[in-house]
Amino acid sequence: MSLLISGARVIDRNGERRVDVRVNEGLVDEVGTTLDPREGDQVIAADGLVLSPGFVDLHVHLREPGREEAETIETGSRAAALGGFTAVVAMPNTDPTQDCVEVVDFVARQGERAGLCDVRPSGSITVGRAGTQLAPFAELAAAGVRIFTDDGNGVQDPLLMRRALEYADGLGITLAQHCEVERLTAGAVMHEGSCCSRLGLPGWPSIAEELMLHRDIELVRLTGVGMHFLHLSTAGSVELVRRAKADGLPVTAEATPHHFSLDDERLASYDALYKVNPPLRTVDDIAAIRAGLADGTIDAIATDHAPHVPELKEQPLDEAPPGMLGLETALGVSLAHLDMPLAAVIAALSWKPAAIAGIDDRHGRPIDPGEPANLTVFDPDVEWEVVPARLASKSRNTPYIGVGLRGRVRHTILDGTLVVTDGAATR
Amino acid sequence: MVARSLLTVEDLGAAGALRILDLADHMAEVNRRPNPKVPALRGKTVCSVFFEDSTRTRLSFETAAKRLSADTMTFAVSQSSLNKGESLRDTIETIAAMGVDAFVVRHRSSGAPQLIAGWTQASVINAGDGWHSHPTQGLLDAYTIRTALGRTGGLDGLRMAIVGDVKHSRVARSTVAIMRMLGAHVTVVAPRTLLPPDTGDAFADEVTDRLDDVIADVDVLYLLRMQQERMSEALVPNLREYTARFGLTPARAARLGQQTLVMHPGPMNRGVEIAVDPGELSGSVITQQVTNGIAVRMAVLFDLLGSGSPAAATTDDIREGLTA
Repeated sequence: MSLLISGARVIDRNGERRVDVRVNEGLVDEVGTTLDPREGDQVIAADGLVLSPGFVDLHVHLREPGREEAETIETGSRAAALGGFTAVVAMPNTDPTQDCVEVVDFVARQGERAGLCDVRPSGSITVGRAGTQLAPFAELAAAGVRIFTDDGNGVQDPLLMRRALEYADGLGITLAQHCEVERLTAGAVMHEGSCCSRLGLPGWPSIAEELMLHRDIELVRLTGVGMHFLHLSTAGSVELVRRAKADGLPVTAEATPHHFSLDDERLASYDALYKVNPPLRTVDDIAAIRAGLADGTIDAIATDHAPHVPELKEQPLDEAPPGMLGLETALGVSLAHLDMPLAAVIAALSWKPAAIAGIDDRHGRPIDPGEPANLTVFDPDVEWEVVPARLASKSRNTPYIGVGLRGRVRHTILDGTLVVTDGAATR
Repeated sequence: MVARSLLTVEDLGAAGALRILDLADHMAEVNRRPNPKVPALRGKTVCSVFFEDSTRTRLSFETAAKRLSADTMTFAVSQSSLNKGESLRDTIETIAAMGVDAFVVRHRSSGAPQLIAGWTQASVINAGDGWHSHPTQGLLDAYTIRTALGRTGGLDGLRMAIVGDVKHSRVARSTVAIMRMLGAHVTVVAPRTLLPPDTGDAFADEVTDRLDDVIADVDVLYLLRMQQERMSEALVPNLREYTARFGLTPARAARLGQQTLVMHPGPMNRGVEIAVDPGELSGSVITQQVTNGIAVRMAVLFDLLGSGSPAAATTDDIREGLTA
């Protein structure tokens, strides 16, 4: 059965146009100003809506294997599809760790079984994310892994980070760093600044992120091997990446919706819902993140989707784990908070992260005949609020309850199949 | 209706703080009676929930509650189900279900009493949370100063220096806040390592690392407890150097004004923050702080749990409640 999407504003890397798009057998079949429905075509009337390549999230925690009470690959994939994502990169801090072929194969297979989103497992940089021994990059690359990270922890040892970059050279993979000098963040639960001083909470200083970022930028300069930087949160980090790019270094960076929409004053509630790592920063940092996205210093919007069961979040800040949901609200938060052309927001959600993830052969493609049909149809103007009970994620730890969001996904098409239609998952 | 709670001195505001201090005067009068017990809170149940050891504060609260004829319960964490994996919230909800009017909460995590206040209909009194707040300590400090100086009303124009590990001190946060609220000028004295990362105007009137520059000019010298474990965190080199820079040494004691009050929240490290015998300091009110703690905690309990609308209670209402 083929699909006809009619009347949409089509936005892809080649620009914007008003065309009808026919999808058949997993591919974009036909593009034209006015396409007539063929017999058996399912017609999606998309007047006033935007049709774009599906979104790609470089940074999600799907919790399986190990923490299935918080999320499974199926529930996380459904949340992703509802958020317009046709591909996600699953972080390796599972139990067991995604540091061997068996585990990454399991994750990829569970993603295929769910069939809601293209789940791409990352691999860890070090065995068990323990920071001492390199994971088998080449074996994992052969199994399809393209992104390697110890996310949740930064690679502390500069020698090991240098070796990792050198060893990665030529394998067609990208190392991604969670920038945090742990000696500077021991016990920290929130941004170090006036707010933490008042609240009597141990602070996570910006310098802990910036020092490691600076070190790794210099390692990129030394080795010539590219790197991706996860969840930038400070104004200083944005400036470091801006200068590295100006120097022509092969670096990329992402920022999360919460780091450009929520500030550290939220922690005055002592509600662990707002505890994330890196922490929510100041309004000045938020402004710098937005500027970094607007000028392209930050390539991608990534959610750091991190589900947790309520029992863990209903604890004092120092005992609760960091992280919040992101997949189902990413578009709505982005369009509500970013003052950027729509095409630039989509770029940061789609083809730019697809390239970083090394999956731009399947995702973030131009909407042209013969291309894979991984597509999203969304209403860019609709205002809405999260209803917790309707979240597809198994967890409920979103900070956006009762907050006005703008822009919502209506349909998501994965390999030519509607996995979300009219805002509801089809499976 | 959710009961009122006391989580920080800032919650009270200056007017609320003065209300408690005035109430504490009545309570102090009760405490001077041969039989220092009144029926004001008969039928009320106060539960101490201490997730961090503090025998002194717990005894002070329990004595205060008993003098007001409240029933008291103690939930000691070492014997508790928290060790069996029960969550903080479940623990609180379980105790609340037994019919508790107020929880007196001590917790090592900043913000825990605020979370608990969101989970129960009972009043929550913060008896110290992490580095954050210890409102009854702030109140008893203000009360002790006011009483020692024979003042009524606020503390306008009073000059206080608070010395030591402000960064990790809930006592400092509460005492500095209430003193400034009542009109005092507060100078924080500490090396940068023992200060919070941001000590702007919102935090103190002045910040210095030179005790000798301010010691002769203050009405109150408040010394904080210096903990041994701070050495291993590279916050100060050693206790000898700490005492030399920030301790009340005999040489510094000699420079104190005749009327200058010396205070300490206890327990004291003799020879560290106080390197003289406090008994020989004419202005030491360290013992009075402990004594006044009872009256102030009685005032807080009465304010939150007393009959009618305690905040609006007239002196006569209070007297009636305090009649034996």
